[in-house]
Amino acid sequence: MINKCNLFVLAWLLCAASVISLSGCSGQADTTTSTQSPAITLNISAAVSLTDALKEINGIYNQGKPNLTLTPNFASSGTLQTQIENGAPADVFISAAATQMDNLQKKELILNGTRRNLLNNRVVLIVPIDSHLGLTSLNDLATEKVKKVAIGDPKSVPAGTYAHQAFDALGITAQITPKEVLGSDARQVLTYVESGNVDAGIVYSTDAMTSQKVKIVASAPDDVNAKIVYPIATVKASKNPDAAKAYINFLFSDQAKAVFVKYGFTMASK
Amino acid sequence: MTEAYLSPLWISLKTVIAATVLTFFLGISAARWMARYSGKGKNLIDGLFILPLVLPPTVVGLGLLLLFGNHGPIGNFLALFDMTVIFSWPATVISATVMAFPLMYMTARGAFEQVDSQIEDAARTLGATDWRVFWTITLPLAWPGVAAATVLALARALGEFGATLMLAGNIPGKTTTIPIAIYFDIQAGDTNQALILVGVVLMIAFASLAAIAYWKGKTYKARIEVVNRENVEQEAG
Repeated sequence: MINKCNLFVLAWLLCAASVISLSGCSGQADTTTSTQSPAITLNISAAVSLTDALKEINGIYNQGKPNLTLTPNFASSGTLQTQIENGAPADVFISAAATQMDNLQKKELILNGTRRNLLNNRVVLIVPIDSHLGLTSLNDLATEKVKKVAIGDPKSVPAGTYAHQAFDALGITAQITPKEVLGSDARQVLTYVESGNVDAGIVYSTDAMTSQKVKIVASAPDDVNAKIVYPIATVKASKNPDAAKAYINFLFSDQAKAVFVKYGFTMASK
Repeated sequence: MTEAYLSPLWISLKTVIAATVLTFFLGISAARWMARYSGKGKNLIDGLFILPLVLPPTVVGLGLLLLFGNHGPIGNFLALFDMTVIFSWPATVISATVMAFPLMYMTARGAFEQVDSQIEDAARTLGATDWRVFWTITLPLAWPGVAAATVLALARALGEFGATLMLAGNIPGKTTTIPIAIYFDIQAGDTNQALILVGVVLMIAFASLAAIAYWKGKTYKARIEVVNRENVEQEAG
């Protein structure tokens, strides 16, 4: 019979059933019945600009490895650093700047001898695809016609730090600061520019390539771009350091390099 | 260094005051209207007013973004006057007001519905206009509940994050409210700075809770008084 009491009981049963089945789902990934090797999950904390490239590379690496699960975690490098400092499970860390990796190394959270420089990148000035402002260089950001500029928060987003370095090199930081809209990572900055709610933004050239709604109008000064490096390392607290090292080695292989280059990255020179 | 947490305090202060004033007047108007409304679609309108409370703040933020963005209806209208709402300080007020409104509305409406309509009708028979009845009878009698509603709205406006971040963004010195500053400080690993702001918010939260408890006590006493007076009058003859 349907009455209030029965409905309550039914609702609770449904909740309990869904909770049990959901936890059952995630449990299956870890309890494979293979007799070959134990199931391994690698948590890869990577800068958000690597989203598309890493997803494709992970797909390639996963082939023929049924016991391996790669779980990427994309966020700004500063956020990832904070997460790892607070004990978030991560096996591999790929930062978009040396700073965050240095900070973790100082706190001895990185496995010695596993740090290498993986990639280089460039930082560019983008505008919405239908922009009529006629911007041609970063110096134009200091003019009256630009009201809002989106950059990553320099305190936690390397793309934002590089943007400030570019502004400093050109001596326009003071004029741009009142116009800044800070994003929590480079992809959010990209979205801001795509939406047209800001006049321009500074993102990686690799991010700009993924979008049809923005156009690149200028590049940061060469000496700023030359210093952009993506270090990679195994996290000390990793429960699968050997698997992590194997994965990192794969990222330096020709197969992975082809994917990185396809998305606009360049391999680090050293 | 002090600049870094004085700025969010000042911006939050401005936003909360503006949002609470707006929410107060919009809330009691809507509550007064709906408390005595018995027309069609009462439940639908009621649901619409409460919607921001039930939806995740990011969903409300997205809705506001679509509405006020440069491809949205209100955004396009304002663009005619060369005004943009997105990524501006007024956007913080709009987000806070939209998120605080349901609380003000629901609590104030509850307070108005508890006012004995016989008292209001008695005033009307003596010639008072609806307006006068509202300001001199209904509101004073419902005041403890309305005050509690205002404090709730204030606290909600202070803590508003999701919709504000989407509509107003993080612009230091313009739209970086306390919750937004805390979020970005944590992302940057600036836990000390975040904790200072957290401390401020906690103090205001406790003060709000104390105020609400105080006003709730008064409601009870006000009702007892009215009931007792009625009983005395009945016994007297």
